[in-house]
Amino acid sequence: MSAAPRKTKAGAEKIDVTVSAVVPLNELVTRFEFARTDGRPFPPFSAGAHTVVEMNDDGRTRLNPYSLMSDPADTSTYAISVRRDDQGRGGSLYLHTHVGVGDRLTLSYPVNLFPLDLRGRKHVFLAGGIGITPFMAMIAHLDRMGGAWELHYACRGKALGTYAEDLMQAHPTRAHVYYDDQNQRIALEDLLDGQPLGTHVYVCGPKGMIDWVHSTAAAHGWPDENVHSEEFLAPQPGTPFEVYLSRSDITIQVGESESLLEAIERCGVDAPFLCRGGACGQCETDVVEAEGRFEHRDHWLDDDEHASGKKIMPCVSRFDGKKLVLDR
Amino acid sequence: MTIQFNEETFRDDYSFRNSDWAIRRFPFPFHEDSYMYSVNMEQHQGGPEGSVYEKRFDVDEHYVAEMQDRALVLAEDPLRCQSLPHMTLAGWDTLELIMVSKSEDYPDLFELHRDGDRWRWINKPMGIDHTFIFLDETTLPCGPLEYITRQAQGDFAVLDQRGDMLYMDAGMVTTQADWSLDFDIGMDFFEWHAPVPLAHEMGIFKRALKFLLNVRQGSPARRLNWTMTVNPLLDTSPENYHKWGVQKSSLTPANIGAKQHLRVELQTFYRLPRSNGLLFPIRCYLIAFQDLVTIPKWGRRLHRVVRDLPEELADYKGFIANRPLMLDYLGHYDDGLPTSPGVWPDLETEPPLQT
Repeated sequence: MSAAPRKTKAGAEKIDVTVSAVVPLNELVTRFEFARTDGRPFPPFSAGAHTVVEMNDDGRTRLNPYSLMSDPADTSTYAISVRRDDQGRGGSLYLHTHVGVGDRLTLSYPVNLFPLDLRGRKHVFLAGGIGITPFMAMIAHLDRMGGAWELHYACRGKALGTYAEDLMQAHPTRAHVYYDDQNQRIALEDLLDGQPLGTHVYVCGPKGMIDWVHSTAAAHGWPDENVHSEEFLAPQPGTPFEVYLSRSDITIQVGESESLLEAIERCGVDAPFLCRGGACGQCETDVVEAEGRFEHRDHWLDDDEHASGKKIMPCVSRFDGKKLVLDR
Repeated sequence: MTIQFNEETFRDDYSFRNSDWAIRRFPFPFHEDSYMYSVNMEQHQGGPEGSVYEKRFDVDEHYVAEMQDRALVLAEDPLRCQSLPHMTLAGWDTLELIMVSKSEDYPDLFELHRDGDRWRWINKPMGIDHTFIFLDETTLPCGPLEYITRQAQGDFAVLDQRGDMLYMDAGMVTTQADWSLDFDIGMDFFEWHAPVPLAHEMGIFKRALKFLLNVRQGSPARRLNWTMTVNPLLDTSPENYHKWGVQKSSLTPANIGAKQHLRVELQTFYRLPRSNGLLFPIRCYLIAFQDLVTIPKWGRRLHRVVRDLPEELADYKGFIANRPLMLDYLGHYDDGLPTSPGVWPDLETEPPLQT
């Protein structure tokens, strides 16, 4: 090290916030707005960034990533819109049922794994359901900078069309909404066909939608680097399993409703992370020994790496078998 | 803290000098008696009081003279500052970061008053008092990157991050160790590092890229790099090699102590908040051998590092022809005593030179 070595502690830079507004948008989605507890302005962020929200749920620390959907130029507020997941592990449910105005939470500094390509002459946004959130910030940013964009937003129906009415009202020629229950569909082929050179496409939504956009664009001759996607994975519950952490020399139990990463943290072992959603690569961990079957769920490792059994992303992936030893 | 700014030159008569203060705080780069590449990154969150690591953008006695030298370089060669069209927002990010940092870290020298997008910037050492509209280029005399880096020591590479790769898409480069922004503009991380020997085989750049892609807002990082320069030249560019390259053959046993300089780069890395780009400031510090050896520990150690450096590195760093001359000189300051670990001078605890 060069001078005064300082340990890089992943996830160390945090912002203490107070909930300033809780706005239910429909049956499933609620917006949470935050102000900094110290009264200072927030750091600006780039559209597409997310923050990891740290919640203290009765002694248990929950860390959930959410896209920042407020105007990036507004440093007085950060906002997220959260879809309640009744089947999930409880982070979104905790926000919906326990968090109110005046409550204090901790946010990570913004991290952007879904940035705008600033070379783009035009930006086409394809949103599915709650996947609308990063585009709210992108639209605010492009409107401020005078950039060209259009939005195609598919949602289940009017009642669950988060921000759909607002967007159509504010941008009648640029925001297009498609309701599943009215059999409206995004005409993707037509849409990709007529775009000017230098257009970039962005998709955020369920996995099926992302795959559909990538394969359709590829079939229409779009270069890969002009098609951008973000899919946040929430860690899925699974069968409990046991892991031996060789460097720390401890054996830990991973419970049914916690991720491997959360179990590592709960046992006091310092592990790096950024997105907690299988996308950024920060928590990549070497497997020392394994007898059993991996449940790889990340987007980071490639198929060969998954098959090799030498690496695991503990934020979303699990294990089912007799023995697992990790280099941590 | 009040800084007395030097009147000095980095060309022609080379009147550049380090005060005793500047010598003691010099960022000596060797933490042990040998050197090999490493991804020697650490967090850039301050450092010991008075050290070059303390502030986000260190300002020292050379500030005003370095900015005058930059203006001379730009007048001759405007391509030393470039910004591809999509990098303007990253330029504003850079301007904001430097103005906010300097006004907070050096309130007696710099002031920033913000009223919404209407900003007033006062730079006392350079006699600037300018009001402009943030994000409105028409209210500045030049682009935001050029404007602020004409007022900040060191070079600045501004990297765009796309699809797990970094691209050299903007910069201000006038104090460089023999690389060219005009040549590298638009290149990706592996392309612009292609000339570096050994490090590719060692996997250094793959690891470094992975680290840099994950540099987060609010968590800047830093490392040191070094080379050798004959005469205190800031502008050792390929464009001007015909002017400075020949000076490397002017060393003699009589003048080497004054002419030969250790050149150290304090490299820092900042995630830019609005553009998601990566700012890579490269701050150059020069010290003459005769000043460096006044710190006994540094004299001993530099001799050992230069002596034991692999041929490829001595060649790449451009001093292989002068190495025998350097070793003759530095050998007088190495009495064979052990050195304390770490980079600091340790003047109180390290023994004086035994003769």
